[in-house]
Amino acid sequence: MTSTLSALATAVATEGGHGGGQAVAEATGVFDLTWLLIAFPLLGAAILLLGGRRTDKVGHLIGCGASIASFVMGVVLFAAMLGEPSDGRAFTSQLWEYVNAGGYTVDVSLLLDQLSISFVLLITGVGSLIHVYSIGYMEHDERRRRFFGYLNLFVAAMLLLVLAADYLVLFIGWEGVGLASYLLIGFWQHKNSAAVAAKKAFVVNRVGDMGMVLAMSSMVLVFGSTAFDVVFASAEGASTGWVTAIGLFLLLGACGKSAQFPLQSWLLDAMEGPTPVSALIHAATMVTAGVYLIVRSAAIYDLAPDARTAVVIVGAITLLMGAIIGCAKDDIKKALAGSTMSQIGYMTLAAGLGPAGYAFAIFHLLTHGFFKANMFLGAGSVMHGMHDEVNMRRYGGLRIAMPVTFITFAMGYLAIIGIPPFAGYFSKDKIIEAAFADNWITGLATLLGAGITAFYMTRLMLMTFFGNRRWKQSEPPHESPSVMTAPLWALAFLSVVGGFALLYFGAGIVDWLAPVTGEEHHELPMPLWLLITITLATVVAGVAVAWLMYGRRAVREDVPAGSPLTVAARNDLYGDAFNEAVFMRPGQYLTRSLVYFENRGVDGAVVGTATAFGGLSSRLRRLQTGFVRSYAVTMLGGVGVVVLAMLVVRLP
Amino acid sequence: MNAPTIEYAELAPLITIFGAAVIGVLIEAFVPRKVRHPVQVAVALLALVAALVQVILLAGTGMVAAVGAVAVDGPALFLQGTILVLAIISVAFFAERRLEAGGDAFAPAASTLPGSEEERILVRERMLQTEVYPLALFAVGGMLLFPAANDLLMLFIALEVMSLPLYLLCGMARRRRLLSQEAALKYFLLGAFSSAIFLFGMAFVYGYAGTLRFGEISEALTANIGQDGILLAGVGLMAVGLLFKVGAVPFHSWTPDVYQGAPTPVTGFMAACTKLAAFGAMVRLFYVAFGGMRTDWQPMLWAVAIATMLVGAVVALTQTDIKRMLAYSSIAHAGFVLTAMVAADQTATAAILFYLATYGIATLGAFAVVTLVRDSGGEATHLAKWAGLGRRSPVLAATFALFLLAFAGIPLTSGFVGKLSVFTAAIDGGAAPLVVVGVIASAIAAFFYVRVIVLMFFSDPAPEGPTVAVPSLWTAVGITLGAAATLLLGIVPGPLLDLAQQASLFVR
Repeated sequence: MTSTLSALATAVATEGGHGGGQAVAEATGVFDLTWLLIAFPLLGAAILLLGGRRTDKVGHLIGCGASIASFVMGVVLFAAMLGEPSDGRAFTSQLWEYVNAGGYTVDVSLLLDQLSISFVLLITGVGSLIHVYSIGYMEHDERRRRFFGYLNLFVAAMLLLVLAADYLVLFIGWEGVGLASYLLIGFWQHKNSAAVAAKKAFVVNRVGDMGMVLAMSSMVLVFGSTAFDVVFASAEGASTGWVTAIGLFLLLGACGKSAQFPLQSWLLDAMEGPTPVSALIHAATMVTAGVYLIVRSAAIYDLAPDARTAVVIVGAITLLMGAIIGCAKDDIKKALAGSTMSQIGYMTLAAGLGPAGYAFAIFHLLTHGFFKANMFLGAGSVMHGMHDEVNMRRYGGLRIAMPVTFITFAMGYLAIIGIPPFAGYFSKDKIIEAAFADNWITGLATLLGAGITAFYMTRLMLMTFFGNRRWKQSEPPHESPSVMTAPLWALAFLSVVGGFALLYFGAGIVDWLAPVTGEEHHELPMPLWLLITITLATVVAGVAVAWLMYGRRAVREDVPAGSPLTVAARNDLYGDAFNEAVFMRPGQYLTRSLVYFENRGVDGAVVGTATAFGGLSSRLRRLQTGFVRSYAVTMLGGVGVVVLAMLVVRLP
Repeated sequence: MNAPTIEYAELAPLITIFGAAVIGVLIEAFVPRKVRHPVQVAVALLALVAALVQVILLAGTGMVAAVGAVAVDGPALFLQGTILVLAIISVAFFAERRLEAGGDAFAPAASTLPGSEEERILVRERMLQTEVYPLALFAVGGMLLFPAANDLLMLFIALEVMSLPLYLLCGMARRRRLLSQEAALKYFLLGAFSSAIFLFGMAFVYGYAGTLRFGEISEALTANIGQDGILLAGVGLMAVGLLFKVGAVPFHSWTPDVYQGAPTPVTGFMAACTKLAAFGAMVRLFYVAFGGMRTDWQPMLWAVAIATMLVGAVVALTQTDIKRMLAYSSIAHAGFVLTAMVAADQTATAAILFYLATYGIATLGAFAVVTLVRDSGGEATHLAKWAGLGRRSPVLAATFALFLLAFAGIPLTSGFVGKLSVFTAAIDGGAAPLVVVGVIASAIAAFFYVRVIVLMFFSDPAPEGPTVAVPSLWTAVGITLGAAATLLLGIVPGPLLDLAQQASLFVR
């Protein structure tokens, strides 16, 4: 392993490339038009958000058109890339110089390579399907145009994130997707819970962003630049301490965006947003940005084994946490959100395994994008038919009323629990293999996660589509219109064949990504057939337990008391309580005490007084009681401190 | 003995402004009351634009004028240009008359007793106080001179010329006059106190160096060894005077009260231009005169910067008045500038120049928006009244949100690039721990900016909420320019960064 690492690092250092050491060429021809990918949705967002009511009627068409145009552009670029030699598929195009402050310059330039085109196709492909679906889902919303504007804005920002060739430009996309995410979580702002959830997402993400800023600051300090090529090429020359620190800071950023422990709490609340948003942003694309960040920073993590261990630990904890939360939720979207956390945990864990896992992390990310978007949109379809009911205890037997939703959802279900030959089987199995090859503990964690996943997904399936009907409405729920079911079919198709196709089509995704991420193979501690058998047995066991609990017995409409673990899982494993105890309470205490010294209740008297005169007189009274004097005394104290500080420095 | 030579061409911007201010006083005496307002506004704007043109024409000059007392160099001209642009917009805001039914933001006559019969008559007759324009011009003159002053005496004169008109302007609010007068008196008393300390420090420094010129003080640092106590005390005391003007902790206590009490256009003018001028003067004094002893003053500035960032950000969290919140935010921003100041090199100068320009523009715009949100009692500055503003006037709320995002340093706004450049400069200058504190402070600060945005867009409007006044063209153009610049400098900051870079060399 060490020899591979050093060989890799040498390749990075000598060729001045990025990641796996692939040389980066100046973009020419069609590759010089990479910027169009971002320009289409950005233009769409501008038209929709600035155009006002005039674009109300055609807003949804403009939104879909912009996204599809970007997808077509992505396919063209992908085809062009296939025509290039496998180690010459990275291109940069510089747009303009963004910052030039002293020795530190930042160019707005785009990097198109195997990794970024994979994301481009996922974002624009799944994004376009979700745009189309939203035409139906948001049909009765009077602010539909604005919704499409935000979606376009999101797609543009997300594409900037994955195409940036500099951490700072990546950060701009990073904040952009955050902004779009808050706007869309809080889209139904008349619901108080939506506004609160949007705020929570913002606050938690600020903590993650702090990690990003600190990582970039450290890069400026150590490398004098945040451009990928410079940072990756000179990473080897930096001290291990710094590289590890940068790796940990990046991990903090990734945790915020990807809802990984300990910054996971916002994702469950984010389900307040419209369901297509949950599918696009909070399942398929934005929340996977953290995984992208880690894989993109391969050159840094390759040199920082400690940071990689931290990544693995975070991934393992989140994968189990998310799965456990998913088991206890009765809200269909929250159960899926727990599942998303858990699946991203898988990807993070794989990314933490280094070159042995990077490609599998991206592989699982792509298949997860297919089947999770599929299931979220399916859940949206169910909600559409059930008058926005989200409580699965009020569902039941919907397979007859909504056959298309049921069949497509089932494809996603079989994919996520990892039944061959559905998509999730290939990608998850690869991660489990890599985890066992690394060490037993991570291997067992992924295996256990697979079992729990099978349990909670089966539970969700049974509660929603099987069993006795528990809904109260008089007429049976209707199937959704074809503008919504067509995307479901497309995603269901991808959930079925996506895994097999990605793994074996052409040279396969592992070889495709190898020039960027590097490649490494580990020996399994047991025969492969044995591991596959154990994995499948675990999955079947999970399914069986769920069937015993929810299939054989009727589902209760009231919420049973449940074991302590169930209660804990219902409360998001006390993630909020943790945040409150660790961050909020001390923060509030600090604020209050500081404000006490600062204001001594000044505002209370003035602001609390309703009439202006009351405030005025109290102000005046305070003036006469010598308030200025206390300011002056503070200043005098400050003078003493400053002069003393000056003199103390000179003391030997 | 020969008469000293004065470089009139190089000092033209200063002469223009001071000349126009004197003319403004004469207009008060000789022009009939009815036409006085338009004439004063026209004279002020003309003078400011003329001075701006002169500054632009002087670009690239690097010399010491007026027998060594005034520097005409990159940092001075950059700041003078920025101050003049901001002052032009400020005067446009001063002249706004649509919001108060024919009146402006100032009391008809500041000398009348608040609530008296006299005052009521003047309000009814729609009297306007036109002295504000010459006062503002004097203040601008002082602000132009302050960052250009190249000897201690000129520095002190500029400080006073800048400050005295501001004390008066603070006390002239049309509404809530007692609050305004209290603010003015507080500002004056504390300002006088800090001036005294500053003067005391100057005396020490003169005692040590035997000269007033910055350049000669710098030389004396290496020559006079053995009297360091007097020098250190002097530098410390002078620092206090300047830190007071920029509103750094622990010399900040006046800021929230004065920002809240002063007429809002004046608050914006003060928050933007005074800070620029004071930082300019501080950077010149510490880099040119005291640059040789930076290891002595750097630790002190470290402590002040940390305290300023943290206190500003944390205390702003619980403010319920929008003007007080912006005041604390300006304190935190002073702390961010100080992080670069500690680095003490040319990169830092450039970063500070850029930061000040972007900060000034956003601040002016934010305070202008505050003047537009009104209820029956004048401006509705309590935050609770801003709830749901985004539903009633989305454009105004979005503009304010843009300024707040710039303060918070969110990418694609000028504030982000500004923070980036000061933090980069601080890292290069060996102050990385300060940057960590800065990042934490800006994360804290982001909370209260976003709280306002959430309040505006996601809360239900208050039942008897304020209305958004439709401003005259002046104010509308001013705010639009500010918003456009804030966004543009966030996307394409290159040209201004280059300009700041070119302008960052002090003449000695």
